[in-house]
This record gives sequence, C-alpha cells and structure tokens, in this order.
Amino acid sequence: MAQYLARSLLGLIVVIFVVSVITFVLMHEIPGGPFVREKKLPQSALNNLNAKYHLDDPLWKQYTDYMVDLVVPTITTGEKKFSVVDDYLINIELPFGDHTTIRWMNFGPSYTERTRSVNGIISDHLPTSFQLGVAAMIVAVVIGIPLGTIAALKKNSVYDYFSMSTALLGVSVPAIVIGPLMQYVIAVELKWLPTTGWGSLKQVIMPAIALGFAQSALLARLTRASLLQVLNEDYIRTARAKGLRGRQVVVIHAMKNAMIPVVTVMGPLFAALITGTFVTEKVFGIPGLGNYYIVSINQRDYATIMGTTLLFAFFIVIANFFVDLTYAWLDPRIRFD
Amino acid sequence: MSALDTSPTPNTEQPISLGQGVVERSRSPWADAVWRFTRNRAAVVGLLVIILCIVAAILAPSLTDYTYDEQNYLAVNTAPQWIIDTFPKMKPVGEDMGYVRIDNNYILGTDGLGRDLWTRIIYGARISLAVAFVGPLVSLLVGTIYGMVSGYAGGRVDTIMMRIVDIMYAFPTLLLVILMMAFFRASFTASETGSIAYRLNKIDSAFGGMLFIFIGVGITSWMDTARLTRGQVLSIRKKEYIEAAQSIGTRDMSILFRHVLPNIFGPVVVRESLSIPRYISLEAFLSFIGLGVNPPTPSWGSMISDGAQAIKSYPNQAVFPALALFIVMFGFNFLGDGLRDALDPRASEANK
Repeated sequence: MAQYLARSLLGLIVVIFVVSVITFVLMHEIPGGPFVREKKLPQSALNNLNAKYHLDDPLWKQYTDYMVDLVVPTITTGEKKFSVVDDYLINIELPFGDHTTIRWMNFGPSYTERTRSVNGIISDHLPTSFQLGVAAMIVAVVIGIPLGTIAALKKNSVYDYFSMSTALLGVSVPAIVIGPLMQYVIAVELKWLPTTGWGSLKQVIMPAIALGFAQSALLARLTRASLLQVLNEDYIRTARAKGLRGRQVVVIHAMKNAMIPVVTVMGPLFAALITGTFVTEKVFGIPGLGNYYIVSINQRDYATIMGTTLLFAFFIVIANFFVDLTYAWLDPRIRFD
Repeated sequence: MSALDTSPTPNTEQPISLGQGVVERSRSPWADAVWRFTRNRAAVVGLLVIILCIVAAILAPSLTDYTYDEQNYLAVNTAPQWIIDTFPKMKPVGEDMGYVRIDNNYILGTDGLGRDLWTRIIYGARISLAVAFVGPLVSLLVGTIYGMVSGYAGGRVDTIMMRIVDIMYAFPTLLLVILMMAFFRASFTASETGSIAYRLNKIDSAFGGMLFIFIGVGITSWMDTARLTRGQVLSIRKKEYIEAAQSIGTRDMSILFRHVLPNIFGPVVVRESLSIPRYISLEAFLSFIGLGVNPPTPSWGSMISDGAQAIKSYPNQAVFPALALFIVMFGFNFLGDGLRDALDPRASEANK
C-alpha cells in the first residue's frame, strides 16, 4: 500500500513538472507577447517593460526563476506592504515576533492587469469556479447514481427504459448546448431564474445543471452496467441464499463493488467539470477562473497562463490521485498487489 | 469495461428441425447484425438523422440562396415573422418596445453581421461531420497501431508503452490542446513563405482551420483506442492460427496486419463509433472559446458563442445552432448504441 501510494505521488509530481515545462515553452513560442499590441509601443518602452518583468532573460532562467519563486518557501521579517511582485498564496506567521512569516507559492504579477498579482486573480476567482464545480458535481452524482441504480435493479422495465433514455439525452447535450437552451426557456421565457450572474442560489441552479447533466448521464450508464455485472456474481447469490433481504444485499454487498468502475471515472469527470467551467462561465457570465484562463492565453499574459494552467493541472492530477486511493480502498486486491 | 473485450460473435442460430422436417436456415453473422440493427428503432432514427445531415452538408450550396460569409448590412439581426410568433419575447419594430426587424427573406433570421443563419448552420454541418469522420480515423490510426504493437510485442516493450498511456491519462490533455491550438493559430499564420509551417498553414486554411482541430482531437483520443486494442490483441495472441502463422515463418508485420487486425477490428470500431459525439463536442468547444475554425468559416460552436451574448434579444441566434448540435450528437449517440448492440451483443448485454 505504501509503495502504491509513493508511486502515485511520484507520478503526480512528474506530471506537474512536465506540464509546467511544456506550458512554459509553448506559451513563449506563441508569436506575440504580453506587450505586443496592434498599435506598437515605442522600442524603449518595450525594452523597459521586458526588463521589468525579466522577459529579456534567457528562457531557461525565466523558467527556473519562476519555479523557484513558486516552489521554494521564503521567510521574511518585518511589516510587509502589498506588492504585486511578491504576493504569496500561503502566509504563515511564526511565533517569533517581528512578523516573521513563512511565505510560499508566489505566482508573480499579472502582465496585463498591472495592479493585480496572479495570486490575487486566483484567490478572487477560484472560489467561484470551485463553487460551480462542486454544485455541478452534486448534480451529476445526485441524478446519475440513483438513476443508474434504479435502472439496474428494475432491468428492462419502464424505469430502466426511462432512465437510459434520459442518460442518452444527457450525453447528447454538452454545456454548450444545454446552457443557451435553458437560458432561453427558463430565464427569458418563463422568467423563473435570472439569465446571468453569480451570487445568489437562484443563479447557481442553471449553470450547475448545464455543467453537471452530461456527467450525470455518464454516471448513470456506468452505474447501471457495473451494478448489473455485480448482481450476477456468485457472492451476491450467496448473500441472498443466506436469507439477507434484497435491500441489504444491494446496499452492503453489491454497491461497494459496483462503485469501483464509477469511481475510476470520477477523475476524468472532475477534469471535464474544470474544463467545462470555461464554457459555462462564459455563457452565464460567471466571474470564475475558467474565463481568465482563455483570456490570458489570448493576451499572452505569461504569468497568468502559467499560474492558471498549473493550478488546473494540479486539481486534475490530485483528483486522479484520490481516485487511485479510493480504488485501492474499495478493492483489496490492488492494495496488496 | 472488460465486458467490451469480447469479440463479435453473434449467436448464429443452428438449423432447427421443426416437426415435419421444416428446416429454418441459419443467418450469416452479418445478416444477423443487420437484422438486430434494424429492429432497434432508435438506432435507425439515428442513422436517418445522420444521413439527412450528410446530405444537407453536401448539398449546402443548393439549399440556400446565400453564402455563409455574405454580409447584408441592411439586414442585421433580423428575424422572419414565424420566428417572432414562436419566440413570444421577441417584439417586432412597431409594437411597444419592439426592436426586431422583420425580414422574411431569411428563413431563420440573420446574425449580428447580417449573415443568413440557415446558411451558416448547414455549412456548419460540414465542420461537425468532418470532425465526426476524421476524428475516429486519427484515433484509430494512431491508437490501433500503438495498441497492436504493445500487445503483440509483450514483455518490457508492452509495460513501457502502457505506462506512457497511463501517464497520458493522468495528463490534463485538454489544457494542453487549448494551448497548442493557440500556438498553431498564431505561429503558423506568422510563418515565412516556403517553410513547412507555411505549407501546413496553407493546408489548414484550405480546410477552414480544421487541420489543427484534427490534430487536437488526435492528441486527446488515441489512448482509449490503444488500451482497447491491446486488450483485444492479448486475448487472441496465443490463439492457434497466430501460432500457425508464426510457425511457418510469417513476418511479424504481416501477422499483425493480416491475422491480428481483422480479428480485433470489430469491437475497436464499435467502441470508436461511441466516441464520435465526444469529438464533435470538442470541436464545438474549441470554436466556442475562439480557438477552433477560422472565421468566417461557420462552426456551430462559434455561432452559439456569438448567439449566447444576445440570448435575451435574439434567442434564435443561439437556439438554432444549439439545436443543430444537439440533433447531430443525439443521432451519433443513437447510432453508436445501435451498432454496439448489433455487432457486439455480449458487450451490450451489460452496457446497454
């Protein structure tokens, strides 16, 4: 188990590292730069800006400087004024007096929004995206798993037919389709919910469904398939033969094993939710981080691209890691392999 | 999805003698599959929808009087009468607070640049369908070869090749595809005349910016196919006919393509057909965020993106492309389901 964990964790670090290198090289290879405009800046101004943000350094030095700022914690003393250049995500004050603080994870300043650091952008907008993602996850699980379970238990019945039709409908409507359609019918026509915006519970409902519905359909199909397979196993027959009641058999014996394939898609599902926020946030005018990611690529805001990419990559990889963990917990064969 | 790792062996009925020697003839596996497919009404509807879309995409120029990039500044954001009647919240000019100009020359109305929506939707079908056909091709080409080599070689090669697939799975591929699309878009248009990048860009613009989308689809999709193919190869690698071929000194290449491939292709293709909606929505997604096809080439994704901005005033501009996308994805989902049921009955038993 420990070996299994260590290997997963190592893989996680390798993936993040490779992502950081590829992203860094690729974004610098994209022609244009943060200060290249249609209306050209004077050469001297451009030189000054490049010098200020160290864009005139060799690429490898820019990369190592960035990664050192990000990964290596620093200890500072004394009162610190806010500065976009060294704004750290994690600040822990130590009990030595004189504001001795461990500071960690500096994403650097944003190149296009001069008064903000990337860290500021992340902490302002990530919570919104996170809330949206969690709401969508709830929609996906609450609709998907019961739907699949009912379909499996009442195989070939009206319930099964209805559940699987809903699921087929669900996989055919990505956020990009269901978003505008819902907006029109529910918000514009029926006026039940506001069209766009973020903040109130009413404004969460539509984006969460837009993002979560397609995933719920996948979960439903997978749950059904997996549960059907498990219900045919010998040990389920044994459990029934012992005289256990139907519900007990399903809940205690079947569900745990049936959930293994379902859990494995949770990682990709989470990744889909994260990238899905790019669309959903744009359609519903939500001030989340997904939108910033796309905008920063178009504006060649290197620091913001790097920061948001690494953050998203981190979430996706962590999600996969937890999937590995749950997988091992659910299936003892993996633990003792 | 271990249940998918079964080869397509439709249960051909044995001739059964009924009482007075009446013998029912057995059907061939293919006839059996066709019969099963046609009995699945949803799948047939899906197939018809797709055929209709293909016909519309091919005949697009003769189905409309306009071209997809033709702008009419006198008819910006117009809608015909029937749309005003169907969308109650759209108020025509003349009524109290009315703002929509009525123009019955455009069957679905026009967009913010005065381009005919219907024309753009049927031309947009070309993009989506192209992705629907080229996506699986790319994925099959890369994935099948990779999976076959890995499974057939076995041992250390297999371990390493599958480890790479594992790593690719853990990778946030879509983030990289987004970055790469931005890279392709910008760097290849800025390239020097005569260079490889310049030629690639020429090909790309000839396809309206689709080459890079195909590459993007390829990057994200080959791993599934590779895994499935490898599983299939492992299941038949020790079969007698492979050993027989090896024993008479057939070269590995020849064994792979003439003995292994034909025997594993069925399930792989069936599985691939189920991924088509994913490719279509990937293209729509990329176009939606502005990294897909080059404007003014119409893509449903970019049309929805433009239309969603004005959903309150001109719902027709977002609703119709969204419906088109929905119908095509629905069609392919139904079709894929039906194909699996027909060609891979044992798998469909569990994965209906």
